[in-house]
Amino acid sequence: MKIRVLLVDDETDFREALAERLEVRRFLVTQASSGDEAIELLKGQEVDVVVLDMLMPGKDGMQTLREIKEIRPLAEIILLTGHGTPGKGVDSIQTGAFNYMTKPANLKELLENIVNAFKRKSEHEERIRRANIRSIEIALKEPDAE
Amino acid sequence: MSTPNNATEDIGHKSWADGLKFWALPEDGASPGRYRVLRRNIFTLMILVTIVPLVIMAGINYHEYETGLKQEILNPLKATVSRTTHSFDLFLAQRLSAVSFVASAYGYDDMVDEKSLGRIFRVMREEFGEFVDLGVINGQGLQVAYVGPYDLKGKDYSEQNWFHLAQIKGTYISDVFMGYRKFPHIAFAVQRWDKKGQRWILRATIDTGRLNKFVASMGLDGASDAFLLNKEGVLQTPSRFYGKTLEKFPLQLPPVTYQANVTEIMDGHGDRAFFAYTYFTDYPYILAVVKQRAEVMKPWYSMKTELVVVFLVSVIVIFLVVFRLTDLLVKRLQESEEKREAAFREMEHNHKLSSIGRLAAGVAHEINNPIAIINEKAGLMKDLIEYADAFPQKERFLTITDSILNAVNRCGSITHRLLGFARRMDVSIEILDVGDVVKETLTFLEKEALYHNIHLQLEFADGLPGVASDRGQLQQVFLNLLNNALAAVEDGGVITISTQAKDPETVAVTIRDNGCGMSAETLEHIFEPFFTTKGARGTGLGLPITYGIIKKLGGDIEVQSKQGEGTAITVLFPVKTPDGSNFSY
Repeated sequence: MKIRVLLVDDETDFREALAERLEVRRFLVTQASSGDEAIELLKGQEVDVVVLDMLMPGKDGMQTLREIKEIRPLAEIILLTGHGTPGKGVDSIQTGAFNYMTKPANLKELLENIVNAFKRKSEHEERIRRANIRSIEIALKEPDAE
Repeated sequence: MSTPNNATEDIGHKSWADGLKFWALPEDGASPGRYRVLRRNIFTLMILVTIVPLVIMAGINYHEYETGLKQEILNPLKATVSRTTHSFDLFLAQRLSAVSFVASAYGYDDMVDEKSLGRIFRVMREEFGEFVDLGVINGQGLQVAYVGPYDLKGKDYSEQNWFHLAQIKGTYISDVFMGYRKFPHIAFAVQRWDKKGQRWILRATIDTGRLNKFVASMGLDGASDAFLLNKEGVLQTPSRFYGKTLEKFPLQLPPVTYQANVTEIMDGHGDRAFFAYTYFTDYPYILAVVKQRAEVMKPWYSMKTELVVVFLVSVIVIFLVVFRLTDLLVKRLQESEEKREAAFREMEHNHKLSSIGRLAAGVAHEINNPIAIINEKAGLMKDLIEYADAFPQKERFLTITDSILNAVNRCGSITHRLLGFARRMDVSIEILDVGDVVKETLTFLEKEALYHNIHLQLEFADGLPGVASDRGQLQQVFLNLLNNALAAVEDGGVITISTQAKDPETVAVTIRDNGCGMSAETLEHIFEPFFTTKGARGTGLGLPITYGIIKKLGGDIEVQSKQGEGTAITVLFPVKTPDGSNFSY
């Protein structure tokens, strides 16, 4: 199963090149050029990891991050920025981002981050699945007990 | 820059301001020459405004005193001359009136009788003393009766000048003359008429000893000379310096005046002298007193000496005071100028740093995006080449893309450091033990130090107060400084890190190395961004960032370095933060 990645960046050159590189590495990549577009997209489809630019025209990274977390709470988000502001990074992680990276990002690190984010999401989903199973089991056991 | 230029404007008056242009300091830097010029100008001006009035005052006083004192000395002299003249006048008048009285009282007949003439003569001698002889001359000029020490009876005076003058004027007083007796005397002659209408003349002579006594009675000092002259300038009494009786007075006669008068003359010996004199109103004489100027002005000379001494002492005192004052003034000025310049330089430096910071942030941000694009495109290129099965010159292209990616990485690290330099950080202030922070920082560097066999020596003071600061920033500071120290020392060198409480409010951390040190020129630039001695390895941002952080934390940094001996950098942290925890800039 391919990891589904959504790239959100207003710089088309950057976004397309990165998308292609990820695709070469067998990721399933969708692209959005703005925060709004990304949110619209997410309403219709599910992704595992969102790679989100911090500074964009219109909705900025932080705002987009919050809205994505509302509609897709399980999606993991990695923030990218050209601005060297660790403070914002800390904020973003507190708001629910998986991690924070500065541009130009090392592809190897980015890949590691995406994979780790996907792992976390999977674990998360696994826990939810198990919890569901347990609740079903409990629900199933209950009639026995009666 | 404001300069003491204002001083000239304060004076207000334009011509003055123009004249005082030298107050204005030249603007070009702190050349020592301009203080020398300023010092010289102030000194000159102060000396001028003090010494010139003093000289004028002294000059006026000198002149006034001289005139006053001269008057004070010469007025009594005039009075003496005047008084003595009166005495002479009175004396001569008395003698003349005595002769006149005798002539009127006795008449020709009594006089011609030598017995009665002798009796009258004796009475006159008794009364007046100085009568030498008495004679009666008839209208033909023949001496018909005579009493006296000489045998002059029958002498014919008809040809003599005085006989005619006596006939014309009625009375006659002669100049001093030697006559027959080689003895200076004065003759009085009075003309009378007898009952028959025949004119006759009574003639008496006195010796001039009495006149000399009058002169002596003037009470003159040894350097003075008093004498009587006739109108032809012949001495009538002996003079101390100008000759005996009847000798010609060697100097020119003064203008005629009947008031006592004093003129200044050159005496016969070439000295300056005062010449006090008066003409007699009724007699053909001049009373003259000559006094040596040097003698008369003696009190003035001593006073002059005092005046000169006071003047010189004042001038010396003024010079000393003005010199010291100017020196002090210019030194103070120089000090304050230097202080101001230092403050200005620091301000300028801070300003430069902050504007460079803003510029760097802008540049870094703008450049990061294109760099990211290059990064991804080059990466993609590499991917495509790598994944392609048969790419011509595959290895060559991979080397190229790798070097592009390396260059991009370098760009990235530079822009990140630039951003770090201008970073807007949300600082979290904690109370930190600087020693702990140093130790934490050293963990990053211990490997490198070990590798180069560099000895790290820690000298931490106990019980230091905590510093309110941000851990990350402190680490960055120490990392930068320690990195520099490591770069400066050679293999086997020593780096000493010591902490101590400089005062209750300040903690000092000193990092001392025995490395290559810095030249004074380098030292001047070390806090400027992009200044580096490490060549391509350095960004020139380490110390400016460090400086910015330390300043932001309310601290200070001091650098001491000597080329070839090593460097000691001391960072001072305040125990309390200057204004709470607002450190963003």
